[in-house]
Amino acid sequence: MINERFDVVVIGGGPAGLAAAVSAKQHGAESVLVLDRNSWLGGILPQCIHDGFGVEETGTSMTGPEYAEIYIQEGKQQEIRFMTETMVLRLEKNLEMIAVNKKDIFNIKAGTIVLATGCREKTRWHALIPGTRPSGIYTAGVAQALINLYNIMPGKNIVILGSGDVGLIMARRLTLEGANVLAVAELLPYASGLPRNIVQCLDDYDIPLFLNHTITCIGGKERVEQVTIQQVDDQWMPIPGTEKQISCDTLLLSLGLIPENELAKGVGIEIDGRTGGPVVNQRFETTRPGVFACGNSLQVYDTVDMLAIDAQRAGGHAAISVVQTQDTTIRKAKPHAVNVIAGVSVRSVVPQQVNEGGIVRFTLRVQRPSSVAVLRVLAGSRELLRKKLPWVNPVNLISVDVLIPDDVIMSGKNIEVIISDH
Amino acid sequence: MTTEREITCIVCPLGCKIFVRSDGTAVETLKGNKCNKGVDYARNEVFDPRRLLTTSLLVKHGEWPLVSVKSSQPVPKEKIFSLLKELRKTTIEAPVKCGQILIKNAAYIGIDILATKTVKKSGKTIAVSPKKSR
Repeated sequence: MINERFDVVVIGGGPAGLAAAVSAKQHGAESVLVLDRNSWLGGILPQCIHDGFGVEETGTSMTGPEYAEIYIQEGKQQEIRFMTETMVLRLEKNLEMIAVNKKDIFNIKAGTIVLATGCREKTRWHALIPGTRPSGIYTAGVAQALINLYNIMPGKNIVILGSGDVGLIMARRLTLEGANVLAVAELLPYASGLPRNIVQCLDDYDIPLFLNHTITCIGGKERVEQVTIQQVDDQWMPIPGTEKQISCDTLLLSLGLIPENELAKGVGIEIDGRTGGPVVNQRFETTRPGVFACGNSLQVYDTVDMLAIDAQRAGGHAAISVVQTQDTTIRKAKPHAVNVIAGVSVRSVVPQQVNEGGIVRFTLRVQRPSSVAVLRVLAGSRELLRKKLPWVNPVNLISVDVLIPDDVIMSGKNIEVIISDH
Repeated sequence: MTTEREITCIVCPLGCKIFVRSDGTAVETLKGNKCNKGVDYARNEVFDPRRLLTTSLLVKHGEWPLVSVKSSQPVPKEKIFSLLKELRKTTIEAPVKCGQILIKNAAYIGIDILATKTVKKSGKTIAVSPKKSR
């Protein structure tokens, strides 16, 4: 067993982990370690070969691998230590962890920890699709890795379930590689992916999108032979008589992402059922002091830009926290913390707790699309913010800065974030 | 002939809906765009639609069997598939550096193909073959 100690240890070397690590270094952490299970850095970015990354953050549009390369270079220049092909098995309560790779077992002590463990794709079993169990069923991200990293085509005649961005991007990618994308089915009455991806991935190639549709049966013995798509009513129940069989050899699933938080759960960190990620305060600190969370393990972001901006803030707070507590061994949780509640028409909000007055950036997702929306932040009957939004859509994460006065924190009353129509 | 179209801008993830009225040679009315990039996009979309092409090329002796690439400029939409056909015939020798020009004037349409990823030389030999299917 090898013993090591770092100011900040970042678990996960994807875009969030890299952004957090670089920022931790810039905010005064002397030693920063990034751990990743894969043999490469950048997480999913190297397989996202399409462009559109970095527009919000830097003003220029880059491909995924180019975007990753910038952060990796920056990290290497700042002498961040990277350990790839290394997996953290367990977090301990005293900010230590056990990690393992082909060479050894490591006991790593951290000043603070940043969780950047990413997310996983939902599978057939999350959607409970009936039928046989043939080969030829892939999640969209796995198909993307096969095509763009390993030079393997997943199939020839493809149906995609779910209109999330990865599914849309894959519809185009498969078409460019010579496959036939026969249909994209979406359960909801609107597409889950960004409008730009509907245009440049589906419309450009005349790929039909079936809204209010799902797949109700998968057929085929060894290999997928056909799927049944069926219209659903407003309760998401299949409407009898609307079944349509499509012959195909491959089904791609783009059903959404689930934050991965096995390590956090193992050490008793509270998880928010709405985001699927840890409950954090305005400094991205979880309910276990000294452990911070960012990226898609905190909440599933729409764009890497917004994810990286938040991850930088999380990494910065993790570094500042080490510097501040260097002299004392006692870590005290702030006595007053108020909860932030996702109220009417709000699906989720981060942070879920605030323990210090000042300007707090909230990111939230609405329940449903609407052309008239007023975002309101309330503390009891007091209105802290009222902002008219041009249009809202669950597809777009909303980010807003709110001044939280000290007396609101002292009052102990919940802060509520709601969307109303006036 | 006057045409009216609603175009969804694809420049950034906002996806502004831009209303365009055109007389066939110039744009008469344009509204709905939140920034100036939308002006250029909408104009091009009416008269000369183009897309940035991102794909990958086969790599010989590399740590990966592929290198991701992009076109140096957006490609006219109708030329995308003929350009792809040309690119499928190309194999690149590792190492490849991100940003390196891999093909100059690809398919003779005045567009270069640039690497978007660094691929190091590998000790192991990976067989280079067109995409295998599964």
